[in-house]
Amino acid sequence: MTTHSIIDSGDSRSFPSSHPLLDNSVEDGAVAIHIGARPNFRPDPSKLAILIELGTECLGVHTGESRGKEGSNVLGFARFRLGDGEPSDLIELVRQPDTDDAAIEAARAVLEAAGLTVTVCRDFAGRILDRLIRPYYNQALAQLDQGLATADDMDLTLKLGLGYPEGPIELLERTGLEHHHDVSKALFEVYGDHHYAPARRAVVAKMRQMRREQ
Amino acid sequence: MTEIKTVGVCGSGTMGAGIAIVAARAGYRTVVFDENADALTRAEAQTESFLAKSVERGKMAEAEKSDVLARFERSTDISAMASADVVIEAVVEDLAVKRALFARLNEVCPEHALFASNTSTLSITEIAGGCGREDRVAGMHFCLPAQLMKLVEMSPGLNTSPESFTRAWAFCEALGQRPVQTKDSPGFVLNYFLVPFNNDVIRMVEAGVAEPGGIDQAIKTGLGYKMGPCELLDLVGLDTQILLCDAFYGVTHDPRAAAPPLLKRMVAAGRLGRKSGRGFFDYGRDAMFGG
Ligand SMILES: NC(=O)c1ccc[n+]([C@@H]2O[C@H](COP(=O)([O-])OP(=O)(O)OC[C@H]3O[C@@H](n4cnc5c(N)ncnc54)[C@H](O)[C@@H]3O)[C@@H](O)[C@H]2O)c1
Repeated sequence: MTTHSIIDSGDSRSFPSSHPLLDNSVEDGAVAIHIGARPNFRPDPSKLAILIELGTECLGVHTGESRGKEGSNVLGFARFRLGDGEPSDLIELVRQPDTDDAAIEAARAVLEAAGLTVTVCRDFAGRILDRLIRPYYNQALAQLDQGLATADDMDLTLKLGLGYPEGPIELLERTGLEHHHDVSKALFEVYGDHHYAPARRAVVAKMRQMRREQ
Repeated sequence: MTEIKTVGVCGSGTMGAGIAIVAARAGYRTVVFDENADALTRAEAQTESFLAKSVERGKMAEAEKSDVLARFERSTDISAMASADVVIEAVVEDLAVKRALFARLNEVCPEHALFASNTSTLSITEIAGGCGREDRVAGMHFCLPAQLMKLVEMSPGLNTSPESFTRAWAFCEALGQRPVQTKDSPGFVLNYFLVPFNNDVIRMVEAGVAEPGGIDQAIKTGLGYKMGPCELLDLVGLDTQILLCDAFYGVTHDPRAAAPPLLKRMVAAGRLGRKSGRGFFDYGRDAMFGG
């Protein structure tokens, strides 16, 4: 079995509490996993793979990029989580154009052994899920303002009609509209696409959070 | 207020056949009109086999099945609608066809009859416009498969009277369905969210962000959806997604609603999804029949 070491810089969004991945960490494992908000990573070709926990930034911020040829044994990752909600079992594993296949497989093996599901994606802001769902959440919030349907009817429609486990409004209220604001705004800055511009209700929630914290 | 006894269903295709089952199962005499006799025959056979399965699965008694079947009447003649207290139209998604149908129904049906449209993308107000009873027309958007899905999105048009809408709502509940109210705006709630979302997924595949299987896995694991968007698109049919995009983009001009280039290329290549055996995923040669 591939061994791994956890290097924790604190305040990890992916692993806020105990998890088999953390419990099974060893000294000087074959895969190095940097978790936390301030990863302090150095290249180390002797590792099978080096993983860096990402926020909304791209992996290239940590590794540097050149001519579309970047890639090494360094991968990015995030365990998908909405705001204050519990982290899911999904790991979005971020590769670059020339990332070693062996590094991807070693990372996958370690993460799957800890019970996580791994989806590989390329290095774009918002990876897969945030990039897909933030416009949907903004639309839902905007339509609530415009009276397309009540919050209850909108949530119920999406649950009954599409089998979603939760409607968008209840989900955003449960996990924190201000978190949605922050992620959506970060993507808006990268993509310049107005569908990522945080909806009015998210802006209000963010401003209220800022007032509370003043 | 006249009690509703007879339900008319216009169009006996995928949706009409399902809606007719819902009406007959709820105890209404159900008259189905389709201009195509084959569509009526096909729906009759499908209805019998669906109800037989309901009996097999213990959801319905044999006697009840016979009662439900006995409530059906089918015709290729629109005058069969003369006894309908409510008419639900589920004919082809074409504004001119639906408008002409409602105008004709207005001549045939009793004064008190309510008209409902199952349109997915057209405006209820536009469909009702000029039919002669705009105040008695409402949107009633069932989900596929109608005989199993409880949700109905109900929308009043600009000229729908509050009394008519209340009557239509009560009728929907009497059918055993779960109505939700939405505005008469493109796609109501479901398709308004789903069509652009699915297009974003297609653009993501095209941009090489992740493989279709990876995107589906991420959505199912991360968000707990039962089905991934690529599986869903293959099921709905990529040609149908293009029709939905064209209908939406034509009204909203929202770039997210425009058919992505990859979608068009896939349809041109005959990759329509399950029905052609291949879409985002490969279903093998007999997938058309196995579904
Ligand atoms: N298929 C879906 O997933 C779905 C879901 C919800 C709503 N809808 C809506 O339901 C309606 C029907 O869709 P469908 O998928 O059942 O289509 P379909 O093609 O399976 O059936 C349409 C039927 O209408 C008949 N028809 C056409 N013009 C007619 C006319 N003037 N008079 C009488 N019969 C006529 C056709 O012969 C055909 O049998 C459309 O408005 C569609 O947007 C479809």
